[in-house]
Amino acid sequence: MFRAFLIKYAEIGVKGKNRHLFEDALVHQIKVSLKRCDGKFFVHKTQGRIFVEAEGEFDFDETVGCLRQVFGISGICPVVYAEDEGFEKLAERVVDYVDKVYPDKNKTFKVNARRARKDYPKESMEINADLGEVLLNAYPEMTVDVHNPDIMLSVEIREKIYIYSEIIPGPGGMPVGTGGKAMLLLSGGIDSPVAGYMIAKRGVKIDAVYFHAPPYTSERAKQKVVDLARIVARYTGPIYLHVINFTDVQLHIYETCPHEELTIIMKRYMMRLAEKLALDTECLGLITGESIGQVASQTLASMAVINEVCELPIYRPLIGFDKQDIVDVAEKIGTYETSIQPYEDCCTIFVAKHPVTKPNPKYIRRHEEKLGEKMEELVKTALETEELIIVE
Amino acid sequence: MEVYLDNSATTRVFPEVAAEMTQIMCQQYGNPSSLHLKGMEAEQILRRSKETLAKILKVNEKEILFTSGGTESDNLALRGVAQARQRQGRHLITTQVEHPAILQTMHFLEEQGFQVTYLPVDAYGRIHLEDLQRSMRMDTILVSIMHTNNEVGAQQPIAEAGALIKRMNPNTLFHVDAVQGFGKAKIYPKKMNIDLMSVSGHKIHGPKGIGFLYVNEQVRLRPILFGGGQQNNLRSGTENIPGIAGMAMAAKRLYDNYDEDLRNLEECKAFFINGVSQIEGTRVNALLPGLPHGEETAPHIVSVSFRGVRSEVLLHALEEKGIYVSAGSACSARKPQPSATLKAMGIPQDLLSSTIRFSFSVFTNREELEYTLSELREIVPILRMYTRKR
Repeated sequence: MFRAFLIKYAEIGVKGKNRHLFEDALVHQIKVSLKRCDGKFFVHKTQGRIFVEAEGEFDFDETVGCLRQVFGISGICPVVYAEDEGFEKLAERVVDYVDKVYPDKNKTFKVNARRARKDYPKESMEINADLGEVLLNAYPEMTVDVHNPDIMLSVEIREKIYIYSEIIPGPGGMPVGTGGKAMLLLSGGIDSPVAGYMIAKRGVKIDAVYFHAPPYTSERAKQKVVDLARIVARYTGPIYLHVINFTDVQLHIYETCPHEELTIIMKRYMMRLAEKLALDTECLGLITGESIGQVASQTLASMAVINEVCELPIYRPLIGFDKQDIVDVAEKIGTYETSIQPYEDCCTIFVAKHPVTKPNPKYIRRHEEKLGEKMEELVKTALETEELIIVE
Repeated sequence: MEVYLDNSATTRVFPEVAAEMTQIMCQQYGNPSSLHLKGMEAEQILRRSKETLAKILKVNEKEILFTSGGTESDNLALRGVAQARQRQGRHLITTQVEHPAILQTMHFLEEQGFQVTYLPVDAYGRIHLEDLQRSMRMDTILVSIMHTNNEVGAQQPIAEAGALIKRMNPNTLFHVDAVQGFGKAKIYPKKMNIDLMSVSGHKIHGPKGIGFLYVNEQVRLRPILFGGGQQNNLRSGTENIPGIAGMAMAAKRLYDNYDEDLRNLEECKAFFINGVSQIEGTRVNALLPGLPHGEETAPHIVSVSFRGVRSEVLLHALEEKGIYVSAGSACSARKPQPSATLKAMGIPQDLLSSTIRFSFSVFTNREELEYTLSELREIVPILRMYTRKR
């Protein structure tokens, strides 16, 4: 019976003069997301409301599923809408609506009318009272409760008339694209896709970089990262995934630097490469999935040493999360199953048994110097041989 | 250059087999159970395919039962016999180095209250008949032994085992998993006292999703699939006619050209073993003493351990050169699962995760192996430079 949805959005509402930009971005993101659904949709905004109307056949559950992945939506209300054919007809529709949506009438309710079209003959309060009476007459089991009703029946009078009562929660956040763009360091693990999701949820568009180390990491490991990016892209829209061949950089560090410092120095080079890519693609920051103390390179001391190679800010949305918290989000957004496929770790061959947890920046810098001009060449080659995959 | 040396995983379909199958799928697509002409056409193909396979094995065509492949054949043989014979006994014997299709089915039967003895193997991957003799009991209903080990190519003494089993207990049935052996060796169930034998289509240049189980006509099985009662009620489901025809055609092609193919495979194998042995720090597994070219192992499988090299790293390094092989142990760093076969053979711990399987086919030639050897000579020392520091 529902042929349309009213989209509720929370934070955008308070954005002052920029408000229309946020609303336009949200409309755009909704359109992009609905491309994945069967059916044609008309998305439009009027007076602080966004409506999604289906044109012809559509799959209700699938459509709601897509809308629930659009950041910026706080609630999705399935609505029934019709032309204004007078109050009598409206009352009939409301009675019919309640009958179809609530087979069990043993409920309390409240009518909440909103008269956006001021030339409508009745005022809101009047509509509330009159429709309440109509419903009480039609269904004697129902009672009114204006404070805490089971059913909050909303009726909006606009060009057309809209009736709704259910709110399906959306993901919240802000529409992607309103917060600029940042570069996500995407590995095959559990954390980085979640980090990308969380930053994107604040309206940031995501590009991603993956460091591939053949033959130490396999094609399947790379495919897994593409798969993860595809899942994150359901929320963020298309992701430009930059694949960097990191093998030679890694091997040169391995040959030249103390083994315990390998991971730190490797990460510093990942940051340097990611920053170069970020600057080339107008990204305003880097994103990682680090959380304090999770591994040796994620202690405060290690992260401080890693940070110093970058000018761009590094955003770490999971910094205070426990592993289980991260896993919970990963399961919610659907990346967990893919993340735990066991392909990523072929490069553990390089990891020291006891990597440093409190690296001394002076030593690290001195050891990096030994990498010499050869490293500059390798970094240059790595950037030049980048493979770009557009993940949708 | 693309060199496919993973023929124990699966093989390239013979082009004439693919053509024949396309023809059947587009023209003779009938259901052999249908009463009309289209159905009869399909039934003819089914019958001819059975005849072809029966002739190769020198068995009666009634004794060929088509399945979806090696795994189903193994499952049907073990579970079908166990269920049909549980009143006669609840003891089964197999080896420690079987394919998971056997081992996991045995574990399932153990859960159902059956007892299973797992025969050990020696350093060459072979069981000893004395162990089999000692394990046989009055209530042993089935012995299942693989013909050729899929990981190292060790061949079991099937004829001798068959004779021994029947001598000790004529009621004990003998199942052979010949998925790796069929097409590479001449196997005659009737002469070797084999009651049941599993074969797969895609290991012999036929299609995937097809296989068969030889079932001696005296043997009664309980089906594991129920339905329309096809194939004498033993395996319900519409017969996979294109697959069956393809498998039969591939088998015929292999056995028609048997002597020449075998000579070629043996030559390739000897050449490869020779070459790979000259690379420092390698060890070819399962070679019997005094037979340095693997004269007693399968003609198409060579298992090599490369000391100090992680097998999946070498695998991916070879992949970059267009050479496709298999890691002797399915391994992930998260959950290392060294191969049960290599472990049972007593291969030293440090070599377990350094083992690569090269497996050949009739398409393999000397030039490909020369290329592979030259790449190995180059790659292996480089990879050794970057092994885990201690």
